[in-house]
Amino acid sequence: MTDPILKIDAVSKRFTRMPGLAERMIGKFTGGGKPVVVHALSDVSLQVMKGEVLGVVGESGCGKSTLGRVVAGIHAPSSGSVTLNGQPIADQRGGNIHKRTTQVQMIHQDPFASLNPRMKVGETLAEGPRHHDIIPARDVQARIRELLEQVGLEGAYADRLPHQFSGGQRQRVAIARALAMQPEVLVLDEAVASLDVSIQAQVLNLFMDLRRDLGLTAMFISHDLSVVRHVCDRVAIMYLGRLVELAPADRLYADPRHPYTRALFASVPTVGTGRGRFETIKGEIPSPIDPPSGCAFHPRCPFAGPRCLVQVPELGALGQGRTVACHLNDGGVELQKGAA
Amino acid sequence: MVDVTVQTPPVETRAVRLRHFWSDYRRSWVAVLALAIITTLVLASFGAPFLVPQNPYDLAQLDWADAFLRPGQTGSGGYVHLLGTDNAGRDMLSAILYGLRTSFVIGITAGILALILGISIGLTAAYFGGRIEALLMRIVDLQLSMPAILLALVMAAMLGQGVPQIVLALVVAQYAYFARTTHGAASVERRKDYIEAARSTPLPTRRILFKHLLPNVLPPLIVVATVQVASAISLEATLSFLGVGLPLTEPSLGSLISNGFKYIHAGRSWLSIYPGIFLMVTVVAINLVGDQVRTVIDPRNSR
Repeated sequence: MTDPILKIDAVSKRFTRMPGLAERMIGKFTGGGKPVVVHALSDVSLQVMKGEVLGVVGESGCGKSTLGRVVAGIHAPSSGSVTLNGQPIADQRGGNIHKRTTQVQMIHQDPFASLNPRMKVGETLAEGPRHHDIIPARDVQARIRELLEQVGLEGAYADRLPHQFSGGQRQRVAIARALAMQPEVLVLDEAVASLDVSIQAQVLNLFMDLRRDLGLTAMFISHDLSVVRHVCDRVAIMYLGRLVELAPADRLYADPRHPYTRALFASVPTVGTGRGRFETIKGEIPSPIDPPSGCAFHPRCPFAGPRCLVQVPELGALGQGRTVACHLNDGGVELQKGAA
Repeated sequence: MVDVTVQTPPVETRAVRLRHFWSDYRRSWVAVLALAIITTLVLASFGAPFLVPQNPYDLAQLDWADAFLRPGQTGSGGYVHLLGTDNAGRDMLSAILYGLRTSFVIGITAGILALILGISIGLTAAYFGGRIEALLMRIVDLQLSMPAILLALVMAAMLGQGVPQIVLALVVAQYAYFARTTHGAASVERRKDYIEAARSTPLPTRRILFKHLLPNVLPPLIVVATVQVASAISLEATLSFLGVGLPLTEPSLGSLISNGFKYIHAGRSWLSIYPGIFLMVTVVAINLVGDQVRTVIDPRNSR
């Protein structure tokens, strides 16, 4: 667990919606009708080591799914690059992806939407490897059975359609589909969030077993801190398209350093604390169309000072493999001479 | 491996699903009757050479002496003309069944070709989006804003008479309905995760379009196709009636009605009325079947 296998280097992703003809004409009079730009990711740099499971955590809309899609080659980054073993994960021309790697595979949140409802699961599993010549044609059937058994299903299920499976079983099929491509890196985008808690545990245990058996490297995107603690080696906390804290899981859970991370932990409902009090983070998530100046968290941060309003905090190393982007850790929240 | 108890869901084969479909379908006896009528008409029209005494295409079999026989009269051939004869001594029942065959061939061919063209345009527009989508769908919208009969009339007048020309005119007049329906359904489907999963695998665009997107937009199209076949048949009849469709030497229902129309004031109403009844029954029956199929496959009605 030493070499970075996946490098995410200064990746930004902006989504631009151009106004329609009518909107532009009306805009001439009202002053609107300009392109709307959403800053989904701002300058995110991350490295994933071989054999590591990296958790990516944040509230909805913080850009964690966008990050997963950029890594899986579904979205082209607006700037920055994603490389796998030094190779770009996708050929990009003019903001469009032309050729993607097969080495990064994604598992989606909703197994009811991520499987083609009119394709037998055997075919779903076989088409990728067949097209990319990953398995010799005569071995495909045997490999499908093997994959289904590997994810805890019966080999004979290959002839069934997705609607004949339960949610948990479908998610197993989705995992098998990703494994069929023999990827270097898996991206799990809220892979258990839509499952019942008991099923979640089964699928997570399956994932942990596969990880141990196959030496998987994975990016585990989730909003559920307790799940992340269970499966991840390191955890990245995101807020409004930016990385705010990155630390080994045990240290992060023992001693969160960024005010946002602390607020996240405080907002997790826990069982057995008597009155069931938990803190909510004050305020709403700011709009990524018009993010706040300086530190994006300052409108909701209890420690915010004047410096936070004007200067974006850089990610700074704290030792023990952890980095935090907060002025509390690089000289205080008051305005300093020369800074600003 | 992992300790899970996996329940075995019942295997649902194609035969089982077909049986489910049928048990839903037959809940409307009108639709069952309509299906029976269509089946009978299709069999009768395609089996016409074996069923009727005369080939109305073969001028050698026509006898001027038999012209304008009333329904039920016996002609020189020695058989009863159940629906009478026309001005050339053509047996009307024979002519109607042969004409029905022409109508079915034209309607179904035009329906299938328009379906293929419409699917191609609708899928392309929905999958690629952006300017391609805007361009294609505006053309389709433009065409949908014009009456189909007007377009078919202009096309038929330009192309001239004959079966291939009529089919082409009908395809041009009708593909837009398929394109619009395909585009609507495909725009919804293409945003679903299974398309994204296929793209990130990655699979080639052709495979995503035809193996993933197309099978999932097909059900609503089958309904549109049924209704459009009926509409193609009546459009063809209209064109033939107006004299830009098929010549009387190749009788279709429209040209038979048109021919009989000349004699309607001469008390020979059977020449127009019987082909008209056949046309009406055919179109209504196809529409009824289409409606019931729509009802059955509508997921809101699923059990």
